Amino acid sequence: MRYLPLTPDDRAAMLAAVGAASIDDLFADVPAEARLSGPIPGLPMHASELAVERHMAALSRQSRVAGDGPFFLGAGAYRHHVPASVDHLIQRGEFLTAYTPYQPEIAQGTLQMLFEFQSQVARLFGTDVANASMYDGSTACWEAIVMARRITRRGKALLSTGLHPHYRSVARTMATYTGDTLVDGDPTLEPGTDWAALSRAIDKDTSCVVVQYPDILGRIDDMSALAEACQAAGALLIAVVTEPVALGLIKAPGEMGADIVVGEGQAIGVGLQFGGPYVGLFACKSKYVRQMPGRLCGETVDANGKRGFVLTLSTREQHIRREKATSNICTNSGLCALAFSIHMTLLGEAGLRRLAAINHQRAKAAATELAKVPGVSLLNAAFFNEFTLVLPTEARPVIHRLAEKGILGGVSLGRLYPDNDALANGLAVAVTETVTEDDIAAFAAALKEVLA
Amino acid sequence: MTALNPAGWRPEMNAGGADDSTTFTGNRALMLEEPLLFEIGSTETTGVDFDEDVAAADLGPLARSAPIGLPGLSESETVRHYTRLSRQNYAIDLGLFPLGSCTMKHNPRLNEKVARMPGFADVHPLQPQETVQGAYAVIHELAEWLVTLTGMHAVAMSPKAGAHGELCGVLCIKAALAARGEDRRVLLVPESAHGTNPATAAFAGFTVEDIPANAEGRVDLAALEERLGPDVAGVMITNPNTCGLFERDLKAISDAVHAAGGYIYCDGANFNAIVGRVRPGDLGVDAMHINLHKTFSTPHGGGGPGSGPVVLSAALAPFAPLPFVTKDGDRFRLIEEENAGEAHPDSFGRMTAFHGQMGMFTRALAYILSHGADGLKQVSEDAVINANYVLRSLEDVLEAPFAASGPCMHEALFSDKGLAEGFSTLDIAKGLIDEGYHPMTVYFPLVVHGAMLIEPTETESKAVLDQFIGALRSIALRAKNGDPALKSAPHFAPRARLDETLAARKPVLRWEG
Amino acid sequence: MPRYFTEEHEWIDVDGDVATVGITDFAQGQLGDIVFVEVPDAGAELTKGGDAAVVESVKAASDVYAPVDGTVTEGNGQLEEDPALVNTDPEGEGWFFRMTLGDKSQLDGLMDAKEYKTFCDSL
Repeated sequence: MRYLPLTPDDRAAMLAAVGAASIDDLFADVPAEARLSGPIPGLPMHASELAVERHMAALSRQSRVAGDGPFFLGAGAYRHHVPASVDHLIQRGEFLTAYTPYQPEIAQGTLQMLFEFQSQVARLFGTDVANASMYDGSTACWEAIVMARRITRRGKALLSTGLHPHYRSVARTMATYTGDTLVDGDPTLEPGTDWAALSRAIDKDTSCVVVQYPDILGRIDDMSALAEACQAAGALLIAVVTEPVALGLIKAPGEMGADIVVGEGQAIGVGLQFGGPYVGLFACKSKYVRQMPGRLCGETVDANGKRGFVLTLSTREQHIRREKATSNICTNSGLCALAFSIHMTLLGEAGLRRLAAINHQRAKAAATELAKVPGVSLLNAAFFNEFTLVLPTEARPVIHRLAEKGILGGVSLGRLYPDNDALANGLAVAVTETVTEDDIAAFAAALKEVLA
Repeated sequence: MTALNPAGWRPEMNAGGADDSTTFTGNRALMLEEPLLFEIGSTETTGVDFDEDVAAADLGPLARSAPIGLPGLSESETVRHYTRLSRQNYAIDLGLFPLGSCTMKHNPRLNEKVARMPGFADVHPLQPQETVQGAYAVIHELAEWLVTLTGMHAVAMSPKAGAHGELCGVLCIKAALAARGEDRRVLLVPESAHGTNPATAAFAGFTVEDIPANAEGRVDLAALEERLGPDVAGVMITNPNTCGLFERDLKAISDAVHAAGGYIYCDGANFNAIVGRVRPGDLGVDAMHINLHKTFSTPHGGGGPGSGPVVLSAALAPFAPLPFVTKDGDRFRLIEEENAGEAHPDSFGRMTAFHGQMGMFTRALAYILSHGADGLKQVSEDAVINANYVLRSLEDVLEAPFAASGPCMHEALFSDKGLAEGFSTLDIAKGLIDEGYHPMTVYFPLVVHGAMLIEPTETESKAVLDQFIGALRSIALRAKNGDPALKSAPHFAPRARLDETLAARKPVLRWEG
Repeated sequence: MPRYFTEEHEWIDVDGDVATVGITDFAQGQLGDIVFVEVPDAGAELTKGGDAAVVESVKAASDVYAPVDGTVTEGNGQLEEDPALVNTDPEGEGWFFRMTLGDKSQLDGLMDAKEYKTFCDSL
């Protein structure tokens, strides 16, 4: 077995050295009825690298790869071009095969990277501080709601209907068990957000208001008034960003007064990866930092006075606080955070702004073309790189017929909201820099055929 | 055993005195200092070329007009910045990484190659189901392996990490109790448990009560049975436990807990010790998370991403979260909110936006297929041989509190008893850094004073272990003899001991340029 | 002004109906460098044995329990800026909070300085 260096002679010598007659002696504490004498029956034996690669490659070929044709899916996961150097650098063994930086003297690479990542995220979101990352955007969103409960000591969260339905589901699931009250609902096919209504719904029991920006239908809006309403009532405003590239073009939630900003960082550096691993972004005003979940990296000095970095404020965390911890989270999404940080470094502010502008322009061009298809209308008044089309028929079957024609034409709202007939004709379409003019033309033509 | 100077090195042995030499750059040959990105980058610089120019957007007051402050670097500078940073990290690729309970084993590169195959890496989680059959096939095939290897009934694949898996298992227990119309509030957790166990239980709204250990370092069965009752939802138990011992009475514990109406959650962090040789399902476990990044060698990546599928008994399987993959004939189908009503009506809900850590599933499946049933059995056997070899080779110089409790499993536990006045486990850890090793897990489990938990894993050779044992013997003797040079170790790392008190008292959590 | 001690290593100075509470020199020595202290706000209602404050070192967080029933009249705001005061002057400037005494009889079960020293020596 190519990964196991012990030879039969080594094993014999080591068993003798520990005073065991056979390997079974070392498993003597396993009850007899649970001890297996041979390999577990019914499973294949070991395989060569070639054989495994062949098997996996065959499975890989059974999917329609996003890059193999016109592709317009978003709804929480976005396909952007990732420079080759990103994947090269994250595969350096010193990053890939390192552990959590608990021994800072020999983990300054990871720690300095995390400090840079935290600084990048804080600036992107327009907030004071960011942590070293969470599992993904959906879990970060729930953690933010719990954090708001801890800070305000109130238990009612108002969720905008524009919040990603899966994020809402995660929160619903968790709230069932924690006793938090959630006020939520499905969106309606209107050009504007529900934020003004949310402002009016805030009361003395409200811990937080959660809005997504851009939202699930691609709508963007100014959250300043909502932030003021939250502040006046002692509630927190939580903003969720699932497409961080947008913040190269539109105002950051922190700039508009959001108290906690969370997001999905996948769009920058990570890739689609069929849903994971992704990287949850988590940032807030500095006065709330001790209520934050997750790891934090901070600057300090070593015994010789040299600058260095350590994990800090660890007393919030499970390994010290146990049942009183701010969260049970025990990891971050380190390698994905690294990919995010490297891609963001390659872009820089100038590159990010330009990338965002290209996305927006390409999306506007697509929206214009697609809205020309008979019976199709554009819902949004304003959007970044994702918008909602309203079709003359249910969007779900249309998606499958488009797929037969080689077009991955967005996410039907019917899939996201299966129980809501009022949304069945909605189609969420994302357009990034990876989409070409030919792709847009092919999509428009295919949609016209399918709807005819 | 490799011959080593038993007294170890001394700082004065370094010709040239590494600690007081200075250079113009601050570099020392291959040890290169690297400034912060924010000190070398510029907001005008970009390392990405674009094919087109675009007109200004017309977003009115929503336009981001104020500076963001994100520095950029050219590609050449970027590669150098991160390559230099990487060299300040210790990693498995460099040497033994014996962190107890973390299972730092070799990460095969085949798995990296497989994970990047476009049919797994470049597919969207919400693509039409007929376009992602290959990706579903991977999830399904790995799920079958995990169920078979553990002797369980079903598996929830979506949890994003071990602690998230714990939460999944605990929520299944809560849902099962609710379905029975019972409101049991107490979860029993041994004192030696990982901190995530009580944190998870509390996060899910349970009250946590400790169960004591016996003198052997195992759960006290009598005390546990005494505590069982109508308010107890279940037990969270780690097996093998964090003292490195197999919980001999686990079947008896399961039977007692089941008889009292509770469930058994098993923390599977230490599954590497028994994979392919013992099935937790045979011991009465109801739920167990599997850290794919431990037992199945997906890379730790400097602290994640992990992946924590949860295997479930028949009693808990109906409550598993959405979404998951099933097979109908030769087609795979995703069960999500839309069709759960008929197929899986009792699910407790959704834990994450999409299907879980696909990039880890591909790696873990490649690892499992490479080993096969025979290779996985060899994995646990070699992991256990290596740990016992370390335990028996060091128990004369370091106190091993449970050395008499029988063989250890995959990790060896020592305490700080017998060190010279003023010397601690921390000093031994920092001494190991200078010897070129990552230290073991220190100060965990909490039940042992100054604990040192060593998990060599099966991917280390006898020669590597012999040298490590020699180095650790040397350091242990220095700590027992009160060698002052050990108190200021490490001397040869990129940084000396860092001031964690300063970092916590005056937190600086971002660049303030 | 009598000073009382608890087995949780708190000291209580009683002045009429008001008590000042902090942690003992022994306690700060056990905790090591204090990096953060969270004290209760004025007006908080405390119950004997309930959580009143939190004190953190780099690697440990400890709850400080209310030694008696009462209402907080003042938290020591200085500790937020300078938690090291708990290390340098635990039984003076490093006090945690002041509170009213709801039930003076609860003081009866507490130790005096001599008894506390004997208690610490026994640990």
